[in-house]
Amino acid sequence: MSKKTYRPATLLVHQGRDRDPATGAANIPVYLASTYHHPGGKSGDHDYVRSGNPSRDQVEEAIALLEGGVRGFAYASGMAAIGSALSLLKSGDHLIAPEDLYGGSWRYLSQVLPQLGISATFVDQTDLAAIAAAIRPETTAIFIETPSNPLFKIVDLRGVAALAKERGLLTFLDNTFMTPLLQRPLDLGIDVAIHSATKFLGGHSDLLAGLVTTADPALAKRLKFFQNAFGAVLSPFDSFLLARGIKTLKLRLDAAQTSAGLLATRLRSHPAVARVYYPGLPDFPGRTLHFSQASGAGAVLSFELKEQSKIAPLLQQVQLPIIAPSLGGVETILTHCWSMSHAAIPAETKLSLGIRETLLRISVGIEDPEDIWEDLVAGLG
Amino acid sequence: MSQTAPQYALATRLVQLGVGRDAQTGAISFPIYPSATYRHPGVGESTGYDYTRSGNPTRQLLEEGLALLEGGSRGLAFASGMAALTTLFLHFASGDHIILSEDLYGGTYRLADQIFAKLGLSATYVDTSQTEAVAAAITPQTRALLIETPGNPLLGVADIAALAALCRSHNLLFIVDNTFLTPILQRPLALGADVVVHSATKYLGGHNDLCSGVLVAKDAALGERLYFLQNATGAILPPQDCWLLVRSLKTLSLRMERHCANALIVARWLKNHPRVTAVYYPGLEDHPGHELSKRQSSGFGGMLSFRVGSPELARQVLKKLRLISFAESLGGVESLMTLPAVQTHADIPKAERERLGICESLLRFSVGIEQVEDLLADLDQALS
Repeated sequence: MSKKTYRPATLLVHQGRDRDPATGAANIPVYLASTYHHPGGKSGDHDYVRSGNPSRDQVEEAIALLEGGVRGFAYASGMAAIGSALSLLKSGDHLIAPEDLYGGSWRYLSQVLPQLGISATFVDQTDLAAIAAAIRPETTAIFIETPSNPLFKIVDLRGVAALAKERGLLTFLDNTFMTPLLQRPLDLGIDVAIHSATKFLGGHSDLLAGLVTTADPALAKRLKFFQNAFGAVLSPFDSFLLARGIKTLKLRLDAAQTSAGLLATRLRSHPAVARVYYPGLPDFPGRTLHFSQASGAGAVLSFELKEQSKIAPLLQQVQLPIIAPSLGGVETILTHCWSMSHAAIPAETKLSLGIRETLLRISVGIEDPEDIWEDLVAGLG
Repeated sequence: MSQTAPQYALATRLVQLGVGRDAQTGAISFPIYPSATYRHPGVGESTGYDYTRSGNPTRQLLEEGLALLEGGSRGLAFASGMAALTTLFLHFASGDHIILSEDLYGGTYRLADQIFAKLGLSATYVDTSQTEAVAAAITPQTRALLIETPGNPLLGVADIAALAALCRSHNLLFIVDNTFLTPILQRPLALGADVVVHSATKYLGGHNDLCSGVLVAKDAALGERLYFLQNATGAILPPQDCWLLVRSLKTLSLRMERHCANALIVARWLKNHPRVTAVYYPGLEDHPGHELSKRQSSGFGGMLSFRVGSPELARQVLKKLRLISFAESLGGVESLMTLPAVQTHADIPKAERERLGICESLLRFSVGIEQVEDLLADLDQALS
């Protein structure tokens, strides 16, 4: 592909490499080779699969192009991506993270990193002053999710980036919910964008992957070093599948987002529903801020039922949605946050954050929205 | 009786891995489950699987097979050998100290020296073929000993049972990287180790077509702790590669037999070659670890190193090889040769490499399963 800058839908289909240089094949072949011959004793572009592979190159280049980074990195899961990105921190460092973040990230920050001497403070990141107040002499980074998971709190990315620059801190954003199609954090001053590519980027609930990118060449160099040294890399086959999933991202996300808007509006007026969390709703508290930094509301929303006794029958009754953790697939996925995605967080912490047993998260798929609505209505009784 | 019951020999149990396990179809080859997530029957109900990072049927088959293979209580599969080690190192805390073999893979050295050191985990490298040297390196902060035996690339042999006794008396976690020999030839857990590590990219995979790592814990509590870290950090092996690795294990026994037979012939041939100045292979009678190897392993493996007269000759050999590929990695059916000082061990500082004898005249040879005469002919023309 030439160096011309294409629009997102084109870029998604063609990515950085859209043909095999050796044969002209329309797809980069899946190279399963773990190692590479060095003709005449000279190493070529690849020498060992952990260090680099043509399929992984393709997907790594794609995320860098999509996010506006200088280089991308692909990992075996979203958690492997978060762990590898946070390897930029060292023992003695302190990190500021959001209160209501993905349960797996919470577990990593609160149970794995502390043992290595890296501590974290969890604050309400919608309040810039609270972030500033949590900064200590040993603070080196701020980890952000926006919209947050599962309560859709909106964090001011420009504000946090400016604060971090002023205080010499690194910023990491988990951009999984939005994808680079809807939110481009590097343009807003964030240092490192992270994705669980298992979700929208992969989009078919059939692979696990994580992606990381940065616009800073010095950070990219260190991330490359850690990726190769840690080795939690994405396999060639899953790299191929992920690149393949990315080709349809715009179609999938556009359709799912439209359906999510429809379901959010209808759920809000349903008698069994107490509250809906979705930035696309006109009176959503963080709406203005969200749309100042993102171009869409996304395809995930949360809603709370008035009565806890209705949760179990709903989950038993619904036919279409997959009842499971995870999100971002072509199939609608309904999650009981309390017992699934946020199970790793202790009950009292969840309650203090407002994650109640009556809360459900729905990742809207690309089925016909009327079918999903009818199914939900039947389940709500 | 189940096809993987302990009454059967290891080779039989490996071949039978997954056979008929899919009760619905009776499929001989267990299916690949690519699903990232699983539908729950209701709140608080689970099929036993909820999210692929936490558990996947294909990975579970592999992990059970790995535990069976090493004789441990729990096996865990990772995206690479380094990912397995990284996860294991996360078991330790800032301020802890570990002892490692000085003759070890450069990537392990890099992980300890350049990454975990920064996180407060200190390391001492000793000649682990000398049990007293290990004892002398123990400090009050020491939590673990990690050995490779035979060592890489110089194939020094450490006394696993003696080191296990030492670790027990000092309450150290004893970790053995069993990549070079595999459990077909050496079973460290039976000799007293607590954890076995593999780069399964090598012999376990055996076809140079996947990248994978393995941990096997002897006791269930440690297995559970390592599972927690595997799930929390997520460097898991994907289902397709789990399936490929299960497929590979079925021929492991045959492959190892041929690797050993070929390597011994090649080692003897190299020893008699006028342009070869030294050969390092535990199967040679005059190798310092030969007797110990015979006691603790049932074969000498397919890895050997040899020294030629000059760095120029080493480079000439790599350039002239036709059949044997000049490439990193090892343990595949195809023969591979590498220059450790420049490739696999480049992350070890030069002075340290030279002290160990990893100079630019040293070549490491992963002997494949080709007809051995073809390998000898290729070596002969490359050395001439």
